[in-house]
Amino acid sequence: MNKKYLPLAATIAVFIGLFLIGGGLYRNFLSTMVLGNILADNAFIIIAALGATFVILSGGIDLSIGSMIGFVGVCMAVLDSMGWHPMVSAGLMILFGIAYGAFQGFVIDFCRIQPFIITLAGLFLLRGACFMVTLDSVPIHHDFVDAYAAAKIPLPGRGVLRSSALVMLASLVLAIVIAHFTRFGTNVYAIGGDKESARLMGVPIRRTTIGVYALGGFYSALAGVVYALYTSSGYPLAGSTLELSAIAAVVLGGTLLTGGVGFVVGTLFGGMILGLISTMIIFQGTLNSAWIMISSGGLLFIFIVLHRFLVGSFNLRGNS
Amino acid sequence: MTTSMTASPRVEMLGVSKSFPGVRALDSVDLTLHPGEVHALLGENGAGKSTLIKILTGALECDRGDIRLEGRPVSFRTTGEAQASGISTVYQEVNLIPAMSVTKNLTLERTGGRLGFVSWRRAREQAREKLQRLKLDINIEQSVGSYSVAIQQLVAIARALDDDTKVLVLDEPTASLDAQETETLFGIIRDLKARGIAVVFITHFLDQVYEISDRISVLRNGSLVATKPTSELPPQDLVAMMIGRELGDVEAAFTKSERKAPGAEKVVARNLGKKRMLEPFDLVLRAGEVVGLAGLLGSGRTETAKLIFGAIRHDSGSLSVRGTEIRGNSPRRALDAGIAFCPEDRKTEGLVGELSIRENIVLTMQAKGGWLRRIPHRDQERLADEMIKALAIATPDAEKPVGQLSGGNQQKVVLARALASKPEVLLLDEPTRGIDVGAHAEIIVLIRALCDEGLALLVASSELDEIVAASDRVAVLRDRQKIGELSGEAINHENIIRMIAGGGADHE
Repeated sequence: MNKKYLPLAATIAVFIGLFLIGGGLYRNFLSTMVLGNILADNAFIIIAALGATFVILSGGIDLSIGSMIGFVGVCMAVLDSMGWHPMVSAGLMILFGIAYGAFQGFVIDFCRIQPFIITLAGLFLLRGACFMVTLDSVPIHHDFVDAYAAAKIPLPGRGVLRSSALVMLASLVLAIVIAHFTRFGTNVYAIGGDKESARLMGVPIRRTTIGVYALGGFYSALAGVVYALYTSSGYPLAGSTLELSAIAAVVLGGTLLTGGVGFVVGTLFGGMILGLISTMIIFQGTLNSAWIMISSGGLLFIFIVLHRFLVGSFNLRGNS
Repeated sequence: MTTSMTASPRVEMLGVSKSFPGVRALDSVDLTLHPGEVHALLGENGAGKSTLIKILTGALECDRGDIRLEGRPVSFRTTGEAQASGISTVYQEVNLIPAMSVTKNLTLERTGGRLGFVSWRRAREQAREKLQRLKLDINIEQSVGSYSVAIQQLVAIARALDDDTKVLVLDEPTASLDAQETETLFGIIRDLKARGIAVVFITHFLDQVYEISDRISVLRNGSLVATKPTSELPPQDLVAMMIGRELGDVEAAFTKSERKAPGAEKVVARNLGKKRMLEPFDLVLRAGEVVGLAGLLGSGRTETAKLIFGAIRHDSGSLSVRGTEIRGNSPRRALDAGIAFCPEDRKTEGLVGELSIRENIVLTMQAKGGWLRRIPHRDQERLADEMIKALAIATPDAEKPVGQLSGGNQQKVVLARALASKPEVLLLDEPTRGIDVGAHAEIIVLIRALCDEGLALLVASSELDEIVAASDRVAVLRDRQKIGELSGEAINHENIIRMIAGGGADHE
């Protein structure tokens, strides 16, 4: 097996291992129902993390994800109360997400400013905008939302794939195609691997950087749409610190934070591991929810150390 | 050659000028390239070679001047545009993405494919085809970083070559290659030449210039000195053109001055070694003496220096500095004991490119003095200015980022930094790597001057000339083992080569 698949294999092994441990500890855990629920409950995190995967692969970071999710939610809720169809407002918000991301990417490249700072500004801006739109939680009432919530594909066993899970899986396929079968995707890896070399090799840095953050904006806006439909409401504080969960999912999925190395599909498993941990703690029943973050943190820590070790001994980035 | 000379030129650069803040990099330079010629571009560090090449290949735009490709005026805004017009470059530092596969590196931004999609099947075919041109047989799925620098260099050339390549620029392609790899590369260059490609060859190895090039252009301080057929330019004249002074000066720098008897023992290594890295060896460094470390690549030169400095921890033997044994050696303890080290790879181990000359010089001192005791800014400036003057570093001021200096000047900053901590022992690993004749001589003169001031020096070098010129005593290494020492009159090329090659009479 090629060495570059090792972190991905480790991620998948951890997922399967956790799932089996859960099955050993709790009755009814090892089922398609639990799996289906994890997919649906974490769909928005994984969708956002898919966008973050591109950003991180390019060597950047996007902190505006959580605020985007909140902003998309409140906008959709308010537009709903004004009589807009959710699909129309969703489309509008996704276009906004793309434009907002593209603008962040442009500023990052044009002004040569660290993505951390630009997207931190983006985080504050959008969160503030949420409160400008509404201070309260606004419900979304629409037949479409009910139909969206009811739609499901049965899985073998008692499990179902809900709409959110389906949107997430479709997003995943799109992300895999973009990352691994387009020039743009290859260029993202190249920029993350060595920006100066990539420039000299003729990779259009500005266009690719703008594209990366636009794609990040697209995925976080889509995550916002899924979240709004999933909770049938918009709440100005929704999605706070979610960018950090998304980054955690990407890292757990085997992508190097320094960029250039990783797989999109790893992010799916990274996100599902986070979901699995919270499901296990809920199944356990007596532990309070603090343990979700504690175990996620512990696992993240172990993974980073493991990565460091893998990079050191197998030369993942290939510096000889 | 004669036929190609009469053909119309491939590229004409006329009156090209370029300035950077504080430095005039190019001043009205003309360069003409003919099809099927190997054109050597020579000059000291900072002469403007890299700038000229970057302008030709679209990485920089010139302030003034014209570029004509096959008679048509062109102006490239990106390297991509230059590549599309048939001008390809392999830059000095291998510019590939180490983490990506050979296939991806070869086809990045070079694959057709509809709607921005990549067909990996076609990309692999393309990659194999490109490697086939250089008769290179490697696994194209493996990451580039897992191959040796030599292979990476060839991959970079393979990438640069297309069916419609008209001009190929090779910037110091042989710097990290051994003799055999260089020969392979020259075979490839001759092949390209036969296909009518104009090859620009930048190097500081003069023998290679005479082996491969048809014409030579020499740059000095941003101006073109002359362009001449190689056959009409003897090496002595060439060197004089490059460094702009009489060759006698250079030779004088290489001849030994009157040498005093060495002083007290500063460093004594007894049975110092590390398993699987270096066999145990004895070595004594004395004040006012230069000890050369000679040996082939991989013989353990760098390792010897790093063991003494503590950058590599020894697992056998002992090391004492000025009479006191150092236990658990580390760079920090070595610095405290008065040992300074200038590493071979100044980019990754020696300098912080973004920091200014002053900041780089102060780094080690700050580490030695402790982080809490800040060195006053005025002292820093004074020190930096002193060093810039003492080592003749070419820069407008001490605040220039080190990354923007030429190779030779960067090396001087490394030296300045080591000297700023007022060491008693100085370890230099390849002090003249990647810098050319003029700077070369200057560095050797510097080494001798430091020695005369009573410093104990250890100089590891792959260049025998340098070892012979600079050393009072030479330790010879072979296969990670110290095989002997030469001193005084016995230090000459033949003796060293004989020791390295044969291990004395028993093998002859």
